[in-house]
Amino acid sequence: MPRPYRSTHARTTPILLALLAGCGSDVERPLADPPGEPTGQVRISAPAWLDSLATEVTGTDGTPLRLRCESCHALSPSGAALPASAEEAGAPHTGLEVEHGTLACASCHDSERPDRLRLASGHVAPMREAMLLCAQCHGTQHRDYQHGAHGGMQGYWDLSRGDRVRNHCVECHAPHRPAYPRLRPLPPPHDRFPPVRHEGDHG
Amino acid sequence: MAEEPTDPTSEPAKEGFDRRTALKVGGATLGAAAFARALAPLTEWTEDLSVDGFLQKHYKELTPEELSAVLRRHEAETERRYGREVTIRDLRPQEGVSFGYALNLSVCIGCRRCAEACHIENNHDRRTQTSYIRVLEMTQGSFDMEHGTAVYDHEAVPAPGKYYMPVQCQQCDNPPCVHVCPVEATWKEEDGIVVVDYDWCIGCRYCEAACPYHARRFNWERPVVPAEEINPNQSYLSNRIRPQGVMEKCHFCLHRTREGRAPACLEACPTGARVFGNLLDPNSDIRWVLENKRVFVLKEDLGTRPRFFYYFG
Repeated sequence: MPRPYRSTHARTTPILLALLAGCGSDVERPLADPPGEPTGQVRISAPAWLDSLATEVTGTDGTPLRLRCESCHALSPSGAALPASAEEAGAPHTGLEVEHGTLACASCHDSERPDRLRLASGHVAPMREAMLLCAQCHGTQHRDYQHGAHGGMQGYWDLSRGDRVRNHCVECHAPHRPAYPRLRPLPPPHDRFPPVRHEGDHG
Repeated sequence: MAEEPTDPTSEPAKEGFDRRTALKVGGATLGAAAFARALAPLTEWTEDLSVDGFLQKHYKELTPEELSAVLRRHEAETERRYGREVTIRDLRPQEGVSFGYALNLSVCIGCRRCAEACHIENNHDRRTQTSYIRVLEMTQGSFDMEHGTAVYDHEAVPAPGKYYMPVQCQQCDNPPCVHVCPVEATWKEEDGIVVVDYDWCIGCRYCEAACPYHARRFNWERPVVPAEEINPNQSYLSNRIRPQGVMEKCHFCLHRTREGRAPACLEACPTGARVFGNLLDPNSDIRWVLENKRVFVLKEDLGTRPRFFYYFG
């Protein structure tokens, strides 16, 4: 008999629907605000050794006092051609190893004031502007750097919320020896792998 | 004179201990022991999981008040269990933000600093050194990530003839892991990040099997992290300390990135191989990379549509 069946069905369906609705409904939560105007600063960190040298004298906080390059170089302008190697330059530059293509001192340093840089245009730039000099030869890297695709950073991807500090070229590439150093890797994971077999293990 | 025969029915009554009583006592003892054993999980259950926790709804079904109560409960539990005061927040995706990540394989040297930063940032179990990032050592000229090894160990990297490919969750726009989850404990958020509700996950590991990038991790044990090493800046869907028996994965550090900060792995990279940003911002770094570099994605043929891009140069 169809009638009683239909009436039962009609009674239970709304209850079931109500139960289902009560169990599985998502709560609408608004999204957070979109990023605003990029008001944050992008600063390029320049290491202290770009225009100063650590001395053996330590300050009250225990860190070595730094001597600015012009402390010597402003007093005694070389006035002559720069030496061909670091050995000829004398203290405190002895022992400096240069491995940067076939460049000589004068390729980058101004011959009158070696504490300054001489660009290809003939303009003299302070050490802190070294990036201009690097960019003369390393154009593709400089282009990538300008678009955030070269060189590390710290801080905010969203400049409307905070600032960003970017590495200077020389923080990764020491000017006199620019190849990035090889590093000891951190230990491998051991969450699901068998123990590491070292090179030479064939057991 | 014959001894009076003993009445067999009266003797046990004198001692007060017959066969029936012995059986009863034995049965009762066994029964009590079985009952106690059967209830034993309950004592663990109360320690591990509160009634509120047991009855907790799916993340998406929590009203703001309920969610707030859940966060406070997790904070209290972390303090009780790990002895560290932490803040667990719920950060919503931002409007107009869709995240993308790119990695320059030419400059990655395989030092594993990114994996370590992830390990620390996301409160991973210390003993297993879990990380959402696995750096694969690949032979130059080869390109199949299945032939890469994550357990290389050298005096110095990069090793000759090798290149390195860090692999983490690719935040696919067509995520197989989400499709296979039987309980909808993992889903894709509006900004592209695939997240897990650790309290809803049943630990079946289907998602781990489904992920072609080996990007999901399972908590075989409750993570052990010393109190002083715990990162107190936590969020519900990202780096709060996970329970035992649930899946977890990279979430693009959403407790940082949804506040505008860079992911921990990016800041840790010493060579600057990583570029992160908003794909919807035409002036962003990530957009420049996608538009000007020859980027590719891993296992493109699977149709997963990753948001993680690789490039050389």
